[in-house]
Amino acid sequence: MVRIQITVDGQRHEDEVEGRLLLVHYLRDRLGKVGTPVGCDTSNCGSCTVRMDGQSVKSCSVLAVQADGSEITTVEGLATGEWHPVQTAFKECHALQCGYCTPGMIMASIDLLEENPSPSEDEIRHGLEGNLCRCTGYQNIVKAVQYAAAQGGAQ
Amino acid sequence: MIPAQFDYVRASSVDEAVAALAEHGDEAKVMAGGQSLIPLLRLRLSYPEVVVDVGRVAEMAGVREDGAHLVIGAMTTHHEVIHNELIRRHCGLIAEATETVADPAVRHRGTFGGALAHADPAGDLPAVALALDAEMVIAGSGGRRTVPAEEFFLDYLQTAVQPDEVLVEVRVPKLGEGWGYRYEKFHRVAQSWAIVGVAAAVRRSNGTIAEARVGLTNMGSTPVRASGVEEALNGASLERIGEAADRAAEGTSAPSDLNGKADYREHLARVLTRRAVTAAAGS
Repeated sequence: MVRIQITVDGQRHEDEVEGRLLLVHYLRDRLGKVGTPVGCDTSNCGSCTVRMDGQSVKSCSVLAVQADGSEITTVEGLATGEWHPVQTAFKECHALQCGYCTPGMIMASIDLLEENPSPSEDEIRHGLEGNLCRCTGYQNIVKAVQYAAAQGGAQ
Repeated sequence: MIPAQFDYVRASSVDEAVAALAEHGDEAKVMAGGQSLIPLLRLRLSYPEVVVDVGRVAEMAGVREDGAHLVIGAMTTHHEVIHNELIRRHCGLIAEATETVADPAVRHRGTFGGALAHADPAGDLPAVALALDAEMVIAGSGGRRTVPAEEFFLDYLQTAVQPDEVLVEVRVPKLGEGWGYRYEKFHRVAQSWAIVGVAAAVRRSNGTIAEARVGLTNMGSTPVRASGVEEALNGASLERIGEAADRAAEGTSAPSDLNGKADYREHLARVLTRRAVTAAAGS
């Protein structure tokens, strides 16, 4: 067992974990952060995307021990009283159908907008490579990112 | 899917990593960013007793100049490579190819050295390292040794790195004045592996091609140099690029799989080589 210390959505946690424990299972099973779903299980789909020290990562492909000492933000940590602007944008643009990919799409969109506050449609589509929507609802997801950018971006 | 149990060792220096590997030998596996290894662990295609995590070894990260070379730490992430000024200025082919690796989230974790040491023939960076005549600096109990790229990639997922060794850094000759480059990749969907990829660097002089280096991705169990193309381009006029590119599949042994048969890959290699060399020659 390995002792780790991780800050998740602003709250500090200390735990003993097995080396093989995946970050997504730590978040869901230990901390109850079930807002981050497991999708493809093969690091293709991006539904488990969270931010680790300010960068998007696929939490099914990170070991909890690798996240030791880091700050994790999940979709559950975005709203501070009010929704995060990207969450609002997804609602306004109807950028979700079944909703399974949505947490990952939102986390990847925030990452994209922080790096590029006013992306072109092409840059949005490239920036969201690695996040798949099985409902194929990409048109409105792209519109939501454009909407969020127009409203002031990821902040 | 959950990986099989393993003991986790976090190395904080190259010496610590080498000591752990010397102790556990081929029961141990080195982990960099884990973007290839963790999926393999989860599919239980790999089940080491010990995982030695070198992801935080500071002396293995970052990029520096050393005369006519850039020295790229093995733990430099793809994201850092893409945004690194030295790499963009002196070895832009690496940055360009790295932009096509996987997707942004994977590029935040995956590393330059990890991709080379994993040596997937469909990975983009091995062919680039080969085309640029990079040298791999490998540390083991007996000290450090330097292996040229052409002797580094031995077979499918196999390199010259021994079980008790770790790839520390990569020395890449700077591309000087007059060099152009291009990485052409053909893949099925955005973040998928290359069906075929071509890395080309071309030096022009007085309107002709003075020197060309071409590396092929996924045209065999290792990356390969298209030496027939390089030979044909040596001193050639720009009009001869198409003819030279027709030799791209010479000496290759392309795989056949669900993405395409060998003859289809050979066709792709010729077409992508023509495009890559044409772009690299700036014509």
